[in-house]
Amino acid sequence: MAKEVKIDKRKEKDGADEISRTIKSKATKRVDMVFAIVCVFISAICLIPMINLLARSLSATDFLVKHEVYLIPKGFNFDAYSSVLSDVKYIRAFVWTAFLTLICTLLSLTMTTLCAYPLIFEKLKGRGIFNIIITITMFFNAGTIPNYLLMKELNLLDNPLVLIIPSCLSVYNMIIMRSFFYGIPDSLRESAEIDGASFFKILLSIYIPLSKPVLATLALFYAVGRWNGYSDALMYMKNKDFYPLQLLLYNILNNINSVEVATQEGFSTPGLADSLKAAIVMFSTIPILCIYPFLQKYFIHGVTLGAVKE
Amino acid sequence: MSAQEKKTKAPKQKVNWKVYIKRYWQLYALLLLPMVYLLIFKYIPMKYILIAFKKYSIVKPINEMPWAANHGMQYFIQAFSNNDFKNALRNTVVLNLLDLVIGFPIPIIFALILNELPFKRFKKTVQTIAYMPHFLSWVIIYGLAIQLFTPTNGLINMFIERMGGEAIHFLDDPVKWVGTYIFLGVWQSFGWNSIVYLAAIAGISPELYEAASVDGANRFEKMWHITLPGIRGTIVTLLVMALGNILGSGFDRPFALQNNLVMRYAEVISTFVYKHGIKGLQFSLTTAVGLFQSVVGVFFLLFANWLARKLGERGIW
Repeated sequence: MAKEVKIDKRKEKDGADEISRTIKSKATKRVDMVFAIVCVFISAICLIPMINLLARSLSATDFLVKHEVYLIPKGFNFDAYSSVLSDVKYIRAFVWTAFLTLICTLLSLTMTTLCAYPLIFEKLKGRGIFNIIITITMFFNAGTIPNYLLMKELNLLDNPLVLIIPSCLSVYNMIIMRSFFYGIPDSLRESAEIDGASFFKILLSIYIPLSKPVLATLALFYAVGRWNGYSDALMYMKNKDFYPLQLLLYNILNNINSVEVATQEGFSTPGLADSLKAAIVMFSTIPILCIYPFLQKYFIHGVTLGAVKE
Repeated sequence: MSAQEKKTKAPKQKVNWKVYIKRYWQLYALLLLPMVYLLIFKYIPMKYILIAFKKYSIVKPINEMPWAANHGMQYFIQAFSNNDFKNALRNTVVLNLLDLVIGFPIPIIFALILNELPFKRFKKTVQTIAYMPHFLSWVIIYGLAIQLFTPTNGLINMFIERMGGEAIHFLDDPVKWVGTYIFLGVWQSFGWNSIVYLAAIAGISPELYEAASVDGANRFEKMWHITLPGIRGTIVTLLVMALGNILGSGFDRPFALQNNLVMRYAEVISTFVYKHGIKGLQFSLTTAVGLFQSVVGVFFLLFANWLARKLGERGIW
C-alpha cells in the first residue's frame, strides 16, 4: 500500500511538472509568436519599397497613370528595362562605375593591407608615431573646401583619378583589418621569422591567406562605398562622361539635364517616365543586392571587429 | 605594454641600427605608400584652413593672401550674422538630435527581439532583409522615397486616397519632410546598427541566464536584468560616438533627400558649405564654417568621452 501511494505521489508530481512545463511553454510560445510577427512586420517595412519599385518597373504605362500599381505589376512587360538597356549613356555609366568600383576596391584593399600589416609588429620603431598620425585623421578633418582646394592644386579636378585616389584608404577599415591581424597567433609569424622568411613573404604566405574573411568584408565595404558614392563626383567632376551611376541617377530623378541624360522621348509621358525611373533605380542597385547576402557571415564579423578597440 | 615590461626592456635599449634596418626596412617600405597618402590627402589640406582667416584670392598663394579684417575673424563674424548659416547650424543640431532620440534605441530593441527568436533560419532571413537598406545609396533611397511618398502618385498616398483620406505631403511640407528624413535614416541604418548589439549579446555568459532561470526569472526579467546590463558598455560607447557627432553632418543623405520647398529645415552645414563654397565660391566663409564645425566636433567628442568615463564606462579611447 505504502509503496503504491509513493508511486502515485511521484506520478502526481511528474504530472504537475509536466503541466507547469506545458503552461510555461505555451506562454513562451505565445511571446515567441509575437516576436516573430514583429519581425515579419519589420521585414515588410524593409521590403515593401523595393517590391513597389519592382512592380512599377514591370508595369504597363496605363496602369501607372491610373495609379493602380501597388505591389504587384499590372500589364507585365519589360519595356522599361529594354529602353534602359538601349540607352547608351546609361550603359556607359554602368560600365564605368563597375570599372571604377573594381579598381578602387583592389587599390583600397592593397593600401589597407600595406598600412595595417607593419603596425602589428611591436618591435617596429616609430610605431607610436605612425599610430598618432593615423588617429588624428579620424578626429579632425580639414573640411570640404580645403579638400577641394587640394584637388585643385593637384590638378585632380575633372580628372577621373579624383574618383579613385582620394578615397583609396579608409582609416576605419584599416583598424578593422589590424584587429583581425592581431587575432592571428604571433607564434605563426615568429616561427616563420626564425626560418628566415622576410616580412614581405610572411605577409604574402601567412597573413593574406588567413585573412580571407576580413578581405571579403572590406572588399564589400569599399565596393559599396564606391558604387553608392556620388558626392566626390558632384564636387570634383564637371565632365559628364565620367559621372558615376549614382550621380547620373540623381540628375535623372531631379530632372536635371533630362534632355541630355535620357535620350528616350519616354520621359515626357508621365506613366512611362515613372516606370523608366523605377527600372533605372532598380538596375543601379541590383549588383549590390545580389552580392551582400553571400558575404553576410563575413561582414557581421567585420563590423564587430571594428567595434572592438584595443 | 605594461609598466613592468617597460622596466625590464629599458636597459637593453641599445639598438644596433644597421642590423635593425636590415631586418625591418621592408616594413617601412610597406608603410611608405599609406603614409604618403595620409600626408597628402589628410594633412596638406590643413594648410588651407588658414583661408578661414584670410581674404581668399584665386591668384595668390596662401601666405601672400591678406589677413581678413577684425584680426582675421571677419569670416567667423560674417558666418554668425548670416541667417542661412544660423539656419543650417540649427537644422544640423535638430536633425542629429532627432536621429539620436528616435534612431538610437531602435537597433537595440531590434537586437533584443532578434535574440529572443527561437527559429534560427527565420532569424537569419530577417537579419538579411534588415541589412539590405544599408547597402542602398542615398540617391536610390531618394528614388524609393519618391515612389512611396509623392502625393497622388506615391504608394502610401495612393493607399490613403483609396481609403478616402487626403494625400499627405511627406516630401514638400517642411515639418513632414523632417519626419520622412528621420524615418528614412532609421530605415536605412537600424538593421546594420543592430549587428554590434547582437555581437555584444552573444558575448554574455549563458550561465547568467541559467542562474536566472533557476531563480525563476521570466524572459522579460532576464532581458532587463541580464541582457541590457550585459550590453551597457556597447550602448554607452555608441552613444558617446553619436553625441560626439552631433554637429557632424554627412553630405550624401541630406543632399539627396532635400528639395527647394523644404530648404528651411533641410539645409545642414555640409550642404551649406557645398552650395556657398564650391558652387558660390565663398571659400573663406565656408572654410571658416567648416573649421568651426570640426573644432566644435572635436570638443563634443572629448566631452562625450569624458562623460562616458564618468559613467564608469570605457569611452572610445
